[in-house]
Amino acid sequence: MLNKKAPDWSAYVRENLQLRGFRPERETEIVEEIAQQLDEAYQEALRAGGSEQEARAAAEEHVADWAVLRQQLAGSQREKEFRAAIAPGQGQERDLPQSGRFSPCTEIRQDLLYALRVFRKNLGFTAIAVLSLALGTGANTAIFQLIDSLRLRTLPVSNPQQLAAVRILDISWRHGRIHGRYPDVTNAQWEQIRDHQRVFSNMLAWATEGGFNLAPSGEARYASGIWVSGDFFKTLEVPALRGRTLTAEDDRRGCGSPPAVISYSFWQREYGGGPDAVGRMISLDGHSFEIVGITPPSFTGIDVGRQFDVAVPLCSEPLMHGELALMDLGNGYWLAAVGRLKPGVTIEQANAEMAELSSGILEATVPPQYDAEAQKHYLQYKFGAFPAATGFSNLRRSYETPLWTLLAIAALVLLIACANIGNLLLARASARGREIAVRLSLGASRGRLIRQLFVESLLLGVAGTLLGAILAQWTSRLLVAFIGTSTPDVFVDFRPDWRVLAFTMAIALVTTILFGMAPAFRATSVAPAAALKSAGRNLAGGRERFSLRRGLVVSQVAFSLVLLVGAMLFVRSLKNILSVDAGFQTAGILEADLDFGQLKIPAPQRQSYKLNLIDRLRALPGVEGVADASVVPLSGFGWSNDVILAGATKRADGNSQFTQVSPDFFNTMGISIIAGRAFNERDTANSPKVAIVNQSFVKKILNGANPIGAHFQIEEEVGRARPMYEIVGLVRDTKYYDLREEFAPEVYVTTAQDDQPDEGAQLLVRSNLPVETLTKELKSALADASPEIGTEFHVMQTGIQNSLLRERLMAMLSGFFGALATLLAMMGLFGVMSNSVARRTGEIGLRMALGAQRRNVTGMVLGEAGAMLAIGLIIGAGLTLALGKTAGAMLFGLKPYDPLTISLSALALAVVAIMASYVPARRAAQLDPMAALRDE
Amino acid sequence: MFNRELRKGSAELLVLTFLEARPRHGYEVGKLIEARSHGRISFRIGSLYPILCRLEDRGLIAGRWVEKPGERRRRFYRLTAEGRKFLKAQRGLWEEFVLTINHIVRPSHAE
Repeated sequence: MLNKKAPDWSAYVRENLQLRGFRPERETEIVEEIAQQLDEAYQEALRAGGSEQEARAAAEEHVADWAVLRQQLAGSQREKEFRAAIAPGQGQERDLPQSGRFSPCTEIRQDLLYALRVFRKNLGFTAIAVLSLALGTGANTAIFQLIDSLRLRTLPVSNPQQLAAVRILDISWRHGRIHGRYPDVTNAQWEQIRDHQRVFSNMLAWATEGGFNLAPSGEARYASGIWVSGDFFKTLEVPALRGRTLTAEDDRRGCGSPPAVISYSFWQREYGGGPDAVGRMISLDGHSFEIVGITPPSFTGIDVGRQFDVAVPLCSEPLMHGELALMDLGNGYWLAAVGRLKPGVTIEQANAEMAELSSGILEATVPPQYDAEAQKHYLQYKFGAFPAATGFSNLRRSYETPLWTLLAIAALVLLIACANIGNLLLARASARGREIAVRLSLGASRGRLIRQLFVESLLLGVAGTLLGAILAQWTSRLLVAFIGTSTPDVFVDFRPDWRVLAFTMAIALVTTILFGMAPAFRATSVAPAAALKSAGRNLAGGRERFSLRRGLVVSQVAFSLVLLVGAMLFVRSLKNILSVDAGFQTAGILEADLDFGQLKIPAPQRQSYKLNLIDRLRALPGVEGVADASVVPLSGFGWSNDVILAGATKRADGNSQFTQVSPDFFNTMGISIIAGRAFNERDTANSPKVAIVNQSFVKKILNGANPIGAHFQIEEEVGRARPMYEIVGLVRDTKYYDLREEFAPEVYVTTAQDDQPDEGAQLLVRSNLPVETLTKELKSALADASPEIGTEFHVMQTGIQNSLLRERLMAMLSGFFGALATLLAMMGLFGVMSNSVARRTGEIGLRMALGAQRRNVTGMVLGEAGAMLAIGLIIGAGLTLALGKTAGAMLFGLKPYDPLTISLSALALAVVAIMASYVPARRAAQLDPMAALRDE
Repeated sequence: MFNRELRKGSAELLVLTFLEARPRHGYEVGKLIEARSHGRISFRIGSLYPILCRLEDRGLIAGRWVEKPGERRRRFYRLTAEGRKFLKAQRGLWEEFVLTINHIVRPSHAE
């Protein structure tokens, strides 16, 4: 029981002790304990019979000198903090466990907490390190995700490895009509394969259709469609989410009211995911289909990188395509055939079976349109079976090489980022040398210290990779959106799969080991005594460690050169393509695709109807020219044929490209007539057939002879007339499919002499009006003519831009990576140079004291930087030449060993290097020799 | 009574010794030292307390607040395993030290 009149010892202690710089809890504890002991002394004195005053004095005597006590406590507090800073955990907890050592869990927790504390103190360093790593890993993961999705992932169907595609081995010679993205076989061939094969438990055939027009009239609105055989869903083992999928029953010849299956995303988009979609009728190209089912969200078709909206049975193709039906066209290639291997059957066996069946299939399906020579070619085909676990993808074909190249580029950037982080950590390691030495001398185990440093690096690695993974998601989406501008139904599956996760974790691990362990080992190999003796600066492991840092910078310079050269090559390549002269005017051309199907104009009247329409449109204000062309230049579509020169018995050597145009075509497109004349009103259906050819035709087909007046026949299908054409005009070469191609022989015929005009037209409209205005004008003029004309508009320039997507992608991304790499290299060089100057302060001071001028010092520093630059450039140039071959295929108009490009890139890096070393050099030159020597 | 330096060097040893048997609180340790040395060595609170703090910081002893009903709470200290090891080593060293010094300091009958 406390004496009521007992002195307040806590107040007394607090008043006298006056601790400063202690945590409040700690101060309270100290005060309380001392107060308690004083109280004990006081009580004891009281018990011994003393008076209150005497007892009080006896107690107060126990602390004679408060100042000394204060100092001692402050001293031991400092020591405790120091020890905690360099050996975390030891002595931090006031209550130690029984064994006196901590469990591994606690130790690791301490390591983590300590690491976090260290990062917080060096926020700048942490930010740079994490960001560099994030950018490097993010880029790699994003691109790998795309590659994985396009190339590596298997179809989301059961047992995709059992799927095999059947197609003709060497398809180089193929005559006939080709339709869709994967025109492997004709319908006749498909039916033969299906009926005679014995290696597949089930087979399917399918084809792509650019789009089914959902709008019954007016401006078109497209759904991406696929034709499928009855067993399509059964073979792939894809169930229906709602309703049912198609069956063999639905795919019978001459199907009357065909059913359709829609995809999950289309259901959501078009019908809001409502319950009544199944059973509704949908209009496709003006024909009604009943929706009988919806596929699950995981199934987007077997065209990887795209998703389908509507699937209709093959049998409805003749209905939809009308006169242009491919179903019974012996030489109409439009289908892709896939089978599911029977259990126990290998792909090699299937391949052998297909080869064996080839002659039988071909003999049964020889197209009647072929003449003897063509038939001979046809019968030489061979069928084969190929693995189809990863589906079909022409997106893959187009983008595979660029994507792998980009991955290589991103990998180099990652290496450069790692080199930077390695350098940063090495620099920091030398700064902490003293601290580490003290810890070692105080008994910390080397293993513990290494583990400590490793935990720090691991944290950095994990943080950087996590941030990188987030960046990657974001970047992938951007990339796909970018690609999607040119191919609108692009769809890349972003669900993370184990490959991408493993890849990301692998990067984290590898980068952590790369830059974590080296500094850790080096830092702890310093002998403590030596470390404590010398000044902190010179601790940097001396020459040995610094060479490693220099080596890292050299490698950064080398890689940066490779990336810069790559970037410049791609950018120049793009520039080259953009400046290619197409041979005709591309600006201000609007393409209007018209569909008269609904009007049901009988064939003989179609031509005059079209000409009327063209006249009407040409009369519109602001329109300078309107022409009809069966093949729109640079659209990627085309029509080619062999020609037979008059007097020759066999085909001329080499294919010619064809297009059928209205008389106003050359004028509208700005193509000049070099000799002869253009088409005019004298060329009618009853006059002799005329044609205009280009310069390449003269060179390659006519061998340079004068074209005007020459005659030829077009190699038509057997049974069709082969009229004689007279060449009446010569035009300059123009590009046909693609800007990148060489000029090829081309023949122009006139629409006026078209025997079989179809129910559509592709008009090219030249005008200076803004696109929206022009489009509105055209639409209203067409609606006036007839509201049932289907219309679709494209700007030619946009189309060209889209076709150059790959080149634009490469230029943009390689440019970005090149700049990033250079920035990182600059940071690395700056860091090393700064450190070098700091290390050599003493040396520099000495030199200056001995008479060296400031410019000598600057020269010395720049010289050091220059040496690293030079070695890096040499190595980089070697790497560039070695790697150049792989990029060659993607370049246009220049070789990968382009000396100008390499020199420019080297120059750019040199400039950057000078900028990076400028500040350290100046700092060195401005040293006060006296101060420098004193510090030593 | 003994020289201050001598006392300082052995202070830690003394404190640890008295905590070997069982946990005690700070004031008790001081009283024990005084008693055991028959008054020849005494430590004031002001001198002993920092020693206790230091020993605790080094992990050789561990302190704990103990509250008994009706009393002010006291801080009890006990020897840790580390402390035991240290004490054993120091004891040995101390004995050796003392023997050596004795051997040198005592006049040798042989010389």
